[in-house]
Amino acid sequence: MYRTDGAVRDDVKAEQAVEETQISKTWEDYLNDVARSQDRAAFEKLFFHFAPRVKAYLLKLGSDAGQAEDLMQEVMAQVWRKAKLYDDSKAGAATWIFTIARNLRIDAFRRDRRPEIDENDPALMPEPERPADQTLHAREVSSRLQDIVAQLPEEQKTVVVMSFYEDKAHAAIAEELGIPLGTVKSRLRLAMGKIKTVWGDAAGVTL
Amino acid sequence: MSIKHHIADDLIMAYAAGDLDEGLSLAVATHLALCAECRARVREAESIGGALLESIAPVNVSTGALQSVLSRIDETPQIVRPPKPSVQPSSDIIIPEPLRSYVGGDVDALEWRSLGRGAYHIPIHKGETSARLLRIPAGKPVPDHGHTGRELTVVLSGSFHDDRGVFFRGDVEDCDDSVHHQPIAGEGEDCICLAVTEAPLRFKSLAARLAQPFIGI
Repeated sequence: MYRTDGAVRDDVKAEQAVEETQISKTWEDYLNDVARSQDRAAFEKLFFHFAPRVKAYLLKLGSDAGQAEDLMQEVMAQVWRKAKLYDDSKAGAATWIFTIARNLRIDAFRRDRRPEIDENDPALMPEPERPADQTLHAREVSSRLQDIVAQLPEEQKTVVVMSFYEDKAHAAIAEELGIPLGTVKSRLRLAMGKIKTVWGDAAGVTL
Repeated sequence: MSIKHHIADDLIMAYAAGDLDEGLSLAVATHLALCAECRARVREAESIGGALLESIAPVNVSTGALQSVLSRIDETPQIVRPPKPSVQPSSDIIIPEPLRSYVGGDVDALEWRSLGRGAYHIPIHKGETSARLLRIPAGKPVPDHGHTGRELTVVLSGSFHDDRGVFFRGDVEDCDDSVHHQPIAGEGEDCICLAVTEAPLRFKSLAARLAQPFIGI
C-alpha cells in the first residue's frame, strides 16, 4: 500500500497502529480536537495521514519535489491555523484539506486568481435552515464517497481524475483524450449525478 | 424570486477542482453568492477532491517535516471564525462579493463607460476570458451577437430575455459558440449583468462589427 520507505516508515507504522486501536475516532474528530483544544497529538495524527497525500497531490499537479514539500508544509500549517473555521456538517476532513491544498497551489503556481464568495458579505444569499439531524451528513457521505468514486465507470473516472489532477481546461482534456468537448462534459455530468445521489441519500431527500 | 438558471455541472466541477480560469470563476462565484443551492453543489464536487486525496498513493515527506510545521504553527495563532455580522443579510446591495471588490464598490459607486444607445459597461478582467459589467437600458436589446467561445451572463439587477428564456437576478445564461441570440432587457428597469466571454463577441451586423474594436465589447 505504501511506496514510502526510510524516514516516514516508523510514522506510517505509528499511523496504522493508531488507525487500528482508535478506529472509532475519525479524521473529522481529530480536526475538531485541534480546533477545540489545540491538541497536538491529534494534529500529528492528521499530519501522518494527510501530509504524504497532500504532497502526492501537489506532485501530480506538476510541482517539483522541493516545491511540493514546501507547499505541503504550508498546507498542513494552515490546517492547524484554520481548524476553527472547519465545519464538519459541510465537508469531510479530507475534502476540507483538499480545498486548502487546491487554493495554496493556485496562489503559488497560477498567474490568475480563483475568486470565492465572502461568507460574511451582507449581500450573500443565506443558507436555508437545515434540520439538526443533517449535521453528520458530510461525514457520512465522505466515508462512502471513496467507494463511489472508485466504482465510477472508467471513462467517467478518467475525466474526473484529469479535472482534479491536471490543471487543464476541459477543452484540453478533450484534445488529450481525442474525444469531443461535449463528451467530456457529459461524462462529468454523469459522474456528478452519481455523487449527488450519495449526498441526496445521506440527506434522506431526492435531489 | 427564486433562481431558475444555474451553473452547469462541468463548470461546478472545474471550479471545485481549481482549474477554471479567473473570469469564468468570477461568474461562478457571483452566482454562488446568490444561490445557496449551487454552493451545496460545489461542496459535493469538492468532496470528490477529498475522496481522491484519500485514495492517492502517499509519498515520502522529508524527515523534519512535522517539526518544521510544528515550529511554524507556534509562530501564529489559530484563526477564529469571525462573529456573524450584526447586520441582517441585505438585499439593498446589488453587487455581491467577490465581484464588488473587483469593480470597486456597489452600483452607485461605479464609473460606467458609455457603449452608445444608452448602454454602459465596465471592463473588469482580461485573461483567458474577459469579464465586464454591462448595463442595458430597460426594454432595449444587447447588440445581436454570436460567440467564438463560451459566454456566461449573470444577472444582478433587472432582467433580460431571449429565445432561451427570461433571466432575473442570480440567473445565469450559458451560451456556447453555437448560440446566436439577441437578449433584450426587461421593461421598467435597466439590466445590470456580469458577462464573461471566452473570446471576443462576434457581432452580426456590419455596423456593430465595425464598432467592435472601438467600443471594446
